[in-house]
Amino acid sequence: MPNFTSFSTFEPWKNASEKPYVRLDRVTKKFGDFVAVNDVSLDIYRQELFCLLGASGCGKSTLLRMLAGFEEPTSGRILIDDVDMAEIPPYERPVNMMFQSYALFPHMSVAQNVAFGLKQEKLSGDVIRSRVDEMLELVKMTRFSKRKPHQLSGGQRQRVALARSLIKRPKLLLLDEPLAALDKKLREHTQFELMNIQEQLGVTFIVVTHDQQEAMTLATRIGVMDEGYIVQVGTPTEIYEFPGTRFVADFIGSVNIFEGMITKDEPDHVVIHMRDQDADMYVDHGVNAPPDARVWAAVRPEKIHITRGKPEQSSNVLEGVVKEVAYMGDFSIYLVQLEGGRTVRVTQPNLRRGDPERITWDERVFLHWLPSSIVVLPE
Amino acid sequence: MTTRGIPAFTRKVTDQAEALLKRIGGGSFHRWLRRQARRIRSMGRGAVIALPYAWLLAFFLIPFVIVLKIALAEADIAQPPYTPLWEWIEGQYLNVKINLGNFAFLIQDSLYWKAYLNSVKVALVSTLLCLLLGYPIAYGIARASPARRTILLMLVILPFWTSFLIRVYAWIGILKNNGLINNFLMWLGVIDSPIVMLQTDFAVYLGIVYSYLPFMILPLYANLEKLDETLLEAAYDLGCRPASAFLRVTLPLSVPGIIAGAMLVFIPAVGEFVIPALLGAPDTLMIGRILWDEFFGNRDWPVASAVAIALLLLLVIPIVILQHTQARNAEARS
Repeated sequence: MPNFTSFSTFEPWKNASEKPYVRLDRVTKKFGDFVAVNDVSLDIYRQELFCLLGASGCGKSTLLRMLAGFEEPTSGRILIDDVDMAEIPPYERPVNMMFQSYALFPHMSVAQNVAFGLKQEKLSGDVIRSRVDEMLELVKMTRFSKRKPHQLSGGQRQRVALARSLIKRPKLLLLDEPLAALDKKLREHTQFELMNIQEQLGVTFIVVTHDQQEAMTLATRIGVMDEGYIVQVGTPTEIYEFPGTRFVADFIGSVNIFEGMITKDEPDHVVIHMRDQDADMYVDHGVNAPPDARVWAAVRPEKIHITRGKPEQSSNVLEGVVKEVAYMGDFSIYLVQLEGGRTVRVTQPNLRRGDPERITWDERVFLHWLPSSIVVLPE
Repeated sequence: MTTRGIPAFTRKVTDQAEALLKRIGGGSFHRWLRRQARRIRSMGRGAVIALPYAWLLAFFLIPFVIVLKIALAEADIAQPPYTPLWEWIEGQYLNVKINLGNFAFLIQDSLYWKAYLNSVKVALVSTLLCLLLGYPIAYGIARASPARRTILLMLVILPFWTSFLIRVYAWIGILKNNGLINNFLMWLGVIDSPIVMLQTDFAVYLGIVYSYLPFMILPLYANLEKLDETLLEAAYDLGCRPASAFLRVTLPLSVPGIIAGAMLVFIPAVGEFVIPALLGAPDTLMIGRILWDEFFGNRDWPVASAVAIALLLLLVIPIVILQHTQARNAEARS
């Protein structure tokens, strides 16, 4: 069972002998001419917390609804625990779903809502009652068991919806934007609770979200979706530090992307000449691109250092003027305008309290970064 | 201070006035102005509510009092055919004569009781039949595609464009011994002699169900159309087959629609006069017919009025109770 200490070792996708629990095999879903999900193949393993991340309309919810059985794939196969789901209706799948709107039954109390799934299983009243109590305990809603959904706050409804979807002890839980309706503070708090519950019960979670912060916090792996395609699958670190495409680099966090040409291509390093700037980038790893190819070099704002004095290194340096400073408390954002007019986003942690030496507006500064900080993205 | 029930315009004007006053400031004068603003606001609210009340007063309460007055009088061969409730004797003494004999007569004569019970029975059965027929129709319309939904709703409302009376007469032509159905069945050779359908209870039920079905369908449709489909998906997801999802989610959530539809069918059906008169047997006991006979046949206005009052009370009391509980539920929900 994964927990925080062994988290880094929970990587079933790297183990060739591990069998995926959910397997999507070239799944496509069309609504008329519109292709909502396009040729998606994906393996998800037991006890994973897999996040499908993408902007609204990218097909992530459709994918989730196909797993739940509310939509049928136009082509391709969905296997859960090696069983083809094609002919299996939602009420016979070993899957439960937590809906974005929570979909609590308004005519039932909290306890009745949670008990709903068990009532179908012809269990005795005592068993149902004890399992409902147990589940309400888990989501800390015991006090509210007699209330109706309309008497609850958003956060409380979210808990009831979670309890209701977990009561049948599903092997796989689908969560559609589980935290979208909560305010920021509550969302952060609930994220950790969700992770705890998932670890405690050992359920496989597939979470759909448009919030990259949420995906980064929750996921063992993230699948980034764009216009029906899965663009990249990887751990949060991989997605953030090694984005595979410009879209992923841009979608996850903020990034400065420079257009350039490879002028020197060695197995262990490359040099990229930036097009708009008269400056070179030195990348300390090989790049999979033909020489003289046009490439995109991406540098995250927090990887860039900002100094008044000219740094010693000759490459990976840019000069500019601070145009905008935004103080965020734990860090500050600087927008630095370069010679050619474009701005670069830089973030710096505020390590000293009330730092008198802080760089401010209209100062001439140098931006520099390490050769390892650059991600080179082919066209 | 609650602002519910105030028309948006009045609210806006008084809100603005209040905001202005707040800006000007000032102690007691400001408070006085604010009180005035509040008074104007509550006057606006009063005016809006007064209109329907005035309507009810003029067209319901006053006629009701007149009928009640007649019910407490005695029949008389006069113009109008009942004794006055009060008169001045020698311009000095007010002589009030209240006669409860008409109501006593309703209880004593079993004819009225039987007619009441039969009316309630016919109305209940008709309401049930309307519900059984109307629910699937309303459900089907609510689940149809938006374009088709408009057409289907149109079809439900379309009969209203023809006179109710003509539609009931049309049923005579369909049901009578040498009518459409009998002629067709005899032509097919299924039957040798016509089936008697007209002037039976069957015809009365048919007529009532046919006439009042739209009143069941429309409120049910309005309710079912609002049903959030993700609730059904949630039920399927939790292991419900479609049939049990219907029983455990759709049906309980449509109870307000069922109640509204049942009321709209039951209430006019109890007092229904035209359908039993045209389609029913001459001896069909329904309170609407009794009332008609008392009024026009016997020319006994006081007894007819007493019948009307009793009918109203029998219907109004359960309705008031029902509405009270419904209002309480609605309040709890909001």
